[in-house]
Amino acid sequence: MMIYDMLLLRFGEFILKGKNRRRFENSVFLHVKSVLEPFPLVELRNEFGRIYVYLNGETANEPIQALKKVFGIASISPVIVCKSELDDILGTSYRYVEELNLQKSTTFKVSARRVWKKFAHSSHEMNHHVGSKLLKNFEMLDVSMKHPELELRVEIRETETYIFFEVISAVGGFPRGSNGKAMLLLSGGIDSPVAAWSSMRRGLTTECVHFYSYPFTSQLAKEKVIDLAKVLSGYAGEIKLHLVPFTEVQTSFTGQGQDKLIITLMRRSMLRIAALLAEREGALAIVTGDSLGQVASQTLSSMNAIGRATELPLLRPLIMMDKNEIISIAKDIGTYDLSIQPYEDCCTLFVPDSPATKPNLRIVESIERSITNLNDMILDAVERTETMVLTPNGDGSTKVDSPVEEDWF
Amino acid sequence: MIYWDHAASTPPYEEVIRTLTEVMNKHYGNPSSIHQLGGNAVKLITRAREVCASALQVKSSEIVFTSGATEGNNLAIKGAALQYMGRGKHLITTTVEHASVYESFLQLQQWGFEVTFLPVDSHGCVTIESITASIRKDTILVSIMHVNNEMGAIQPIETIGTEIKRCNSRTLFHVDGVQGFGKLPVDLNRWCVDLYTLSAHKFRGPKGTGILYVREGLKLTPLLTGGSQEFGLRAGTENTPHFVAMAKAMRMASVRQTSFTKDVSILRDRIHGIIRDIQGLHLHSHESGAPHIVHFSYPGMKSEVLMHTLELQGMLVSTRSACSSKHTKPSRVLLAMGLSNEEASSGIRISLGDSHTEEDVSQLEHALRSAVEELRPLLEKGRNGR
Repeated sequence: MMIYDMLLLRFGEFILKGKNRRRFENSVFLHVKSVLEPFPLVELRNEFGRIYVYLNGETANEPIQALKKVFGIASISPVIVCKSELDDILGTSYRYVEELNLQKSTTFKVSARRVWKKFAHSSHEMNHHVGSKLLKNFEMLDVSMKHPELELRVEIRETETYIFFEVISAVGGFPRGSNGKAMLLLSGGIDSPVAAWSSMRRGLTTECVHFYSYPFTSQLAKEKVIDLAKVLSGYAGEIKLHLVPFTEVQTSFTGQGQDKLIITLMRRSMLRIAALLAEREGALAIVTGDSLGQVASQTLSSMNAIGRATELPLLRPLIMMDKNEIISIAKDIGTYDLSIQPYEDCCTLFVPDSPATKPNLRIVESIERSITNLNDMILDAVERTETMVLTPNGDGSTKVDSPVEEDWF
Repeated sequence: MIYWDHAASTPPYEEVIRTLTEVMNKHYGNPSSIHQLGGNAVKLITRAREVCASALQVKSSEIVFTSGATEGNNLAIKGAALQYMGRGKHLITTTVEHASVYESFLQLQQWGFEVTFLPVDSHGCVTIESITASIRKDTILVSIMHVNNEMGAIQPIETIGTEIKRCNSRTLFHVDGVQGFGKLPVDLNRWCVDLYTLSAHKFRGPKGTGILYVREGLKLTPLLTGGSQEFGLRAGTENTPHFVAMAKAMRMASVRQTSFTKDVSILRDRIHGIIRDIQGLHLHSHESGAPHIVHFSYPGMKSEVLMHTLELQGMLVSTRSACSSKHTKPSRVLLAMGLSNEEASSGIRISLGDSHTEEDVSQLEHALRSAVEELRPLLEKGRNGR
């Protein structure tokens, strides 16, 4: 297996954003630093538009897997470092290709870049030198300038030269927390954690809001959401989770003789509560995991009737995605297995056999008016909301009464 | 009394017993129940799985809890054979495997599979050449133990694994790791192992529980059907307290492995010297074998007699692998390793643990010498009378 010396990390699109660049870069740098904590030997260097991760003997694979998840990093190249001397560059390039152990004929080209202008050979000359050395020694190599299967890059700097060919794409997006704050409705299903992750990738700080209806939902459902938020905190660094007692509001909608509208009514109240929490926390939008047409509350008519309950912008990162795409992201980000645990959340209870797919806004509004203390119940729910802050390595202290006594293991 | 039968079973760590009792007391809920007590049991099992996975440096999702190595070996071998019989029906194992492996293969043979049983050399090891020569296109599984339970022979698992995958990348590799874990370094990824069996009571955990490591992506046909516990591989209510206690033992054993190997080898080498020194005893285990197993014979004297003579002096040793001690035939494994009938029927195994001391060995030496002194006249009488 190839032993790499360094990983070269390239920033994503935010690099274009003039004045904020330094702040963004610093934020990514800190994020990178925190995910590399388990690898004590690595050293980091920050340079314009890039971060260099010197491995100092750590194997490349695990750090790469961790770094692929860092928001703001567009791509990663594992690099072999050699001296900026012609012989060393030729020798190292040769050994690199030899290690690849190419079995079949492969097209290649060399892209040398002389960053250090005092180096005796120009970029063009270096392409020639390295290219002919490889051609002479490896029969299976053929040159192709336009579409090479292997592009060996040689970057000659004053202190050292980088040799690499792989460009592994990473998650991209914006550095965490660089694009403001929003509230996210976290249900415990498959979609909402993916919506949270998508928002965070865009640099949005997301605070999660979860509604529970004890005793109609179990304590386990709540804990499942806490576990999900914990996974998400792995991407965000930390996550604020607001747990809203929703039983009173929810039960006030039953017995209105309008069971088909219950979901619409519930969702509208959730948005109102989330908007009040947003105001309190200084958030400027509400994110949901809606995906067009997936369930009755996510038809265009439903979204219209529900969305009117708030004036805040509603962001729906998954709106045009297919379920399979959402599932595949959920698996990638590690929330899927938690999401499919079978605990009922408050949306799946009181669900009528055939919920309205085209709710009538006027009827909805008149039901809400008829429940005279609805507004008080909403304010009361906000009042009684518990807030917890979760971090990826946070111990049981965030959780009440964890049954897991570490002493036993 | 000094217990010299750690390869048969080990005394559980005190911490393991404490964990077992406390978890049994507090967390009797069924993990499948959706109330709080059930949920708590799930959390404990999840954590236990993580701890076991990290002791083996694998993923949690690759750890299947079982009732012990017999189940683990049965599930690995029959489960893989039945699952992948569409690819071929040829299987490979050795003549010196534990009964739970060996008998599984005999059963598969009856069901129409073709099984190659590889011989071993006088050190008890299979040769790489014999493996590579036996692997065919339709070979779906090779099962080879890490450390032999009767003689302590260590198979070159890493080379075997690499060679199997080189010959046929689709051939699965199962390793019965029961006698190796905690005694020797284990590296499943480097060894190219797909299935790996462990039993908790061999590394000072509780009896009746074990682990089958199943490499990600691999499917097995379950032998026990019913509920969907253990990823659907093994129906039956999870044994929460045992799984947690096993995790504890596993963590302790893996942390102590290096010092175990070092300390116990020193005692083993001393016992080897003693046996070589006593006239009439034949030493069969090797310095290159596992650190905790010594095997010798007293040709002419049935093993039970020597065993009981030692027992009268407070030394508990073993005549054969404990699972087959009650048979009267000489050990199949010892014969396969090239011992004569006479040697095989007079074999004694001494197996060590990390609790043994130099003083214990001195007492053992004394007991051995006097037992042999005591028995020698009988032996000579028997010879003369013949």
